[in-house]
Amino acid sequence: MTGPIFIFLVLAAVAIAGAVSLILYRHPIHSALSLIVVMIALAGLYLLMGAEFVAAVQLIVYGGAIMVLFIFVIMLLNAGEEERTNFSTLATYGGVPLAFAIAGLIAAALSRAGTEALPAAAQGGAVSSTRSLSMLLFSEFVYPFELTSFLILVAILGAIVLAQREN
Amino acid sequence: MVPTNYYLILSAILFGLGIVAFVFKRNIITLFMAIELMLNAVNLAFVAFSQSLGKLDGEVFVLFVIIVAAAEAAVGLGIIILTARNRRSLNVERVDLLKL
Amino acid sequence: MEFLYKYAFIIVPVIKIAILVFIVLTVDAYLTWLERKVIAHIQARWGPHRVGPHGLLQPLADGIKFVFKEDPIPAGADRFLYFLAPFLTLVLAVTSLAVIPFGPGKFTIWGYTTTLSIVDLNISLLALFAITALGVYGIALAGWASNSKYSLFGGLRSSAQMISYELALTLSVVGVLLLAGDLSLRGIVDQQYIPHLGFLSWNIAGFGKGYGITQILGFVCFFIAAIAETNRVPFDLPEAESELVAGFHTEYASMKFAMFFIAEYTSMIVVSCLGTILFFGGWLSPFPDSWTFTHYLPSLLLIPFGLWVIFDGMRYETIFGRIILPGIGTAIAGLGIALAVIRPLNDFAQGPFWLISKVLLSLLIYIWLRGTLPRLRYDQLMGFGWKVLLPVSIANVVITSAVMFWRMPR
Repeated sequence: MTGPIFIFLVLAAVAIAGAVSLILYRHPIHSALSLIVVMIALAGLYLLMGAEFVAAVQLIVYGGAIMVLFIFVIMLLNAGEEERTNFSTLATYGGVPLAFAIAGLIAAALSRAGTEALPAAAQGGAVSSTRSLSMLLFSEFVYPFELTSFLILVAILGAIVLAQREN
Repeated sequence: MVPTNYYLILSAILFGLGIVAFVFKRNIITLFMAIELMLNAVNLAFVAFSQSLGKLDGEVFVLFVIIVAAAEAAVGLGIIILTARNRRSLNVERVDLLKL
Repeated sequence: MEFLYKYAFIIVPVIKIAILVFIVLTVDAYLTWLERKVIAHIQARWGPHRVGPHGLLQPLADGIKFVFKEDPIPAGADRFLYFLAPFLTLVLAVTSLAVIPFGPGKFTIWGYTTTLSIVDLNISLLALFAITALGVYGIALAGWASNSKYSLFGGLRSSAQMISYELALTLSVVGVLLLAGDLSLRGIVDQQYIPHLGFLSWNIAGFGKGYGITQILGFVCFFIAAIAETNRVPFDLPEAESELVAGFHTEYASMKFAMFFIAEYTSMIVVSCLGTILFFGGWLSPFPDSWTFTHYLPSLLLIPFGLWVIFDGMRYETIFGRIILPGIGTAIAGLGIALAVIRPLNDFAQGPFWLISKVLLSLLIYIWLRGTLPRLRYDQLMGFGWKVLLPVSIANVVITSAVMFWRMPR
C-alpha cells in the first residue's frame, strides 16, 4: 500500500466516522463537533489532491467561521439533547438496508467503470497553484465572483433585519 | 496517486450519510448541519474531478459553493433563532402549523 | 546508517519538533517571569525576587504548584468537551509554530539538506491563518463546557472578539502579499531583502523589491488585531480578573488552566514572529550587508551578558546562585566567543539572532502595553474592530494596490 493511498484511507475513515457520529450523537453540539472533524478530514483530502488554496479556504471559512456560527447558535438557544423515540419499523428494517444496497451498487458501478472512463488523478501541485486559480477567478469567472459579493451583502442585510428586536 | 473513483465513492458515501441525517434527526440545527455535510460531499466530488481533468474550474466552483453555503448559513440560522424563540422548541415536528 | 537516511524525512522533522517545542515551552515559562518583572517595574515595585536570584525560579515554582493543585470538575459539565478545550487550544497554538521559518537558506547536516523551519510550505501564511481560525473553538467550547454563566458569557464574548479581529488581521496582511506576490513566509522575507539598503528594504519602510509603498498602516492594523486575537490587554475583557470573574477559564484549575496560559503565551510568540517576518524583515539585519563588522554584534552582546551573569551569580549563597547561574553565564559567554571565532557558525547564527531579538522586542512591547493601558469595554472593543480597524485595513489594501498600479510600468 503506497503512501498516498494509506493517507487517503485514514482521512476517509475519519470523515466517515465523523459523519456517522453526526447521526448517532443526540446533543447538537456533539454533532457540530463531528461535522468539524469531517471538514478537517476533507481539508486534508484536498491537500492530498494538491488543491492547497481550497483546503486553506475550507478550514478558514467553513471550519473557522460557519461552524463557529453554528456553535454560537447552539449555545445561545441552549439546545438540549433530543428525546429518544422509536423509529418506524419500515425505516429501520427496510430503509437502512436499502440505502446500503443503493450505495453499494453505485460504488460498484463507479469502480468497475473507473479505469477507462476517468484518467487517474494527475500530478497535483503543478495544476493548481494559488496564482493560476486567482487568474481564472478574476478573468473567466469574474461575473459570478462579483455576484457572490452582492449575495453576501444581501445575506448580511437579511441577518441584520432578522436579528432586530420587535419594537 | 489515488484513483479518482476512491474520492467519488467517498463523496457518495458522505452524501448518503447526509441524507440519512437529514431524514432521521429532529433538531432544526442538526438538519442544517446535515445540509452542510451534503454540500461538503459535493465539494469533494468537484475537487476530485478538477484534479483528474487537469482544469481548475472545479476548484473555482468549490469556492463559490463555500461562499453560498456561508451566506445561507447566516440567514438560515437567523430564521432558526426567530422560529425557536417563537415556538420555544427546536423540534422540527412542532413547526408544522403556519400559525403559532 | 542506511536505515537512517531512508527514513530521514521523518526523523529530522521529529528532532526539529522536539527541539522547537522544548525551546518554546521554556521561553513561555520565562516569558511569564519577564512579564511579571516588567509590569512590576512599571508599577514601581519589584516583581518576583525571592524564589531564586532575581526570581528566576518563579516559573519552576509555579509549575510545581500547578501540578499539585486540586482539579475540581464543575457539576453538570460536559466532561469530554471540558477536557478537550484546553488541550485543543494548546495543540493549535503550538502547531502554528511549525510553519514559521527561523532563518535563511538551507543547511546540510551529515548529508541531509534541511531548512530552519519544521515544514517549508508554499502557503505557510494561509496555513497559519487557518490554524488561527480554528483556535476560536477551544475558547468557545471551554466557555460552554464549564456549565457556568460567567464562563459562557466570557467564552461567547471572547469568540466573537476573536472572529471580528481575525478579519482585520487577515486584511491588514494583504498589502504585504501584494508586495511579495508569494504566500510563503520565506518568500515574503526574500522580497524584503535588498543587500545594500539594510532596514529600509523592510516592509515597514517600503523600499523592498518590486513596486510598493510603506506598510506602516498595515502594521498598525496587524499589531492591534493581533493583540485582540491573543486576548491581551487592552482587549482582554473576556478573561479579565475583575470583570467576569475569570471569563472562559473560570472553572478551570491547575493543569488545564496552565494549558490555557501556555497557549496564550505561545500564540503571543507566534503572532510576534509573524509580525516580524511580515513587516520587519524577519531574519534580515537592519544594517547594510557591506557593514560586515556588524556580524560581530551577537558576540558583542553575548560576552558581556555572560560575564555579568557569572559575577551576579557569585553574590548568592544558594546552589542555584553559586553553581548554576555561573554555569549558564559561562555557556552564554562561551557561545559569544565561539561566534566571534568560528566564522561559519557566525554566518549561520546571524539570521536567528536578528529574528529572536526582534521577536523579543515585540514581546516587550506587548508586556509594556499590558502594564500601561486600561482595558476596553466590550461594546467599545467590538465597535472599534468593526467600525475602525476593518475599514482602515481595507483602505490599506486599496492604497497599496493603487500605488503599485501607478508605479508599475505599463
